[in-house]
Amino acid sequence: MRKHLSARRRTLLKLTAATVLAPAVVRAQGAAKVVVVGGGFGGAACARALKTMAPAIGVTLVEPNKTYTACPFSNEVIAGLRDIKQQEFSYEAIARAGVAVAPLSATAVDANAKTVTLSDGSKLPYDRLVIAPGIDLDWKALPGYDEAAAEKMPHAWKAGPQTVLLRRQLEAMEDGGVVVISVPAAPYRCPPAPYERASQIAWYLKAKKPRSKVLLLDSKDSFSQQRLFQAAWTKLYPDMIEWVPLSQGGNVTSVDPATRTFNTDFDKHKADVGNVVPPQKAAAIAQTAGVADRTGWCPVSPIAFESTLQPGIHVLGDAALMGAMPKAAFSANAQGKACAAAIVDLLAGRTPAEPRLVSACYNLAAPDYGFSIVGVYRPEKGQLLEVPGAGGTSPVDGDSALRAKEARYAEAGFRVLTAETFG
Amino acid sequence: MRHWPRGVLAAALASLFVLANAADAAEPPPGASSCSGCHGTVPNGTPIPVLRGRPALEIAGLMREFRSGAKPATVMGSIAKGFSDREIDSISQWVVGQSQ
Repeated sequence: MRKHLSARRRTLLKLTAATVLAPAVVRAQGAAKVVVVGGGFGGAACARALKTMAPAIGVTLVEPNKTYTACPFSNEVIAGLRDIKQQEFSYEAIARAGVAVAPLSATAVDANAKTVTLSDGSKLPYDRLVIAPGIDLDWKALPGYDEAAAEKMPHAWKAGPQTVLLRRQLEAMEDGGVVVISVPAAPYRCPPAPYERASQIAWYLKAKKPRSKVLLLDSKDSFSQQRLFQAAWTKLYPDMIEWVPLSQGGNVTSVDPATRTFNTDFDKHKADVGNVVPPQKAAAIAQTAGVADRTGWCPVSPIAFESTLQPGIHVLGDAALMGAMPKAAFSANAQGKACAAAIVDLLAGRTPAEPRLVSACYNLAAPDYGFSIVGVYRPEKGQLLEVPGAGGTSPVDGDSALRAKEARYAEAGFRVLTAETFG
Repeated sequence: MRHWPRGVLAAALASLFVLANAADAAEPPPGASSCSGCHGTVPNGTPIPVLRGRPALEIAGLMREFRSGAKPATVMGSIAKGFSDREIDSISQWVVGQSQ
């Protein structure tokens, strides 16, 4: 017992020493440098949170675009409910917060020398690197679908000109036309987004071109919030949206952009407007930096989102394999802030606390018809898993007052999330 | 020589951890940084309430009511079920004081 007690005293002494020494260590990190590659919901939130939590850390955000065009709510641009300008956010507030914004691309990473090479040839040294580059569309994964094809059959899976192109094609379509949306196998950015998009397009068609149809060709047999979406379709758009799952021949094997045709195993579907959501992978810089594995995505530890392939490099957001956590803006933002806290700890020589993360995602089946899915996640068996008993979706039998309320919350959530990240 | 009950030891260690964390006030307790994804820090006319500046006990009480289902909610019940009493208390204390 004596031995036990003295061991305990040693622990207490160590902890006390750590507490007393902490301010000195925090000061010593003054020279620490963190480079964040990618100014989306994950990277921008991480850069900003680092500067807020530890102003002495030198933080550089590497982002070639002057403005960020947000994907959440971009389906409303496609439906004609919003202007693309409402999706655009600048990096000015982030710069004002003390983050050095480098308006360049990252072209290479040397994990041994701990430097990032930028598109002008300069090199940025770092103590910790955060890679949050989002996705690249995999132009080799679907025969017939390349960058030229995307001008005929838009993906609109990165908000911007592609979103506007899909909107224009819908506006130009005759009443009675068929809109075809193809959905890839998981994982891809924002799991429920193809179904929200089908709903939003149906909302526009019902009002303006009511004889038209939306056909969803799916590489899966089930999808996120399926019962909620299907209940919404039955109520709002009866007979307008048809979903063809994998087991009923929904898997698209190739496309022909010249005729806007989707080829499945047994069938051909000619579209008046064709929206291809192509297979995806972590963006190129993740592959170049050696943090992506053979799946095309980036495996990370669930504590500080540090790459399991390259120590000292953290990967956030859609590019990373985050266990059960969905690839979505809210998730990336939560990961960015948790990663910042972990990096502050690591630079101060402390062990980061286990993160607890929340994801909250709203879908709008119509402007006044919203529903949600939330999850709470923690590290478990080397990955982020859902905390049992927590999380869930809106009730399938919710009334129209509840749907209207959640639609208002969706809009409010978007305003707060974008203000918190960029505003 | 008496045995130290496990709980006493845990409580002693826990309070030390709390002290250690208090030295780094800007760092949120696990889970707390997710709140600001929906809850803004200034009123902006949205229906999602601002938490900053409210009494921590009020927020902690609401979280417990959401968790038990005593207070109906859209998403807060599902979120609150992912947190223990202690976690709810630390998160509540942090979110009411945060500046960002």
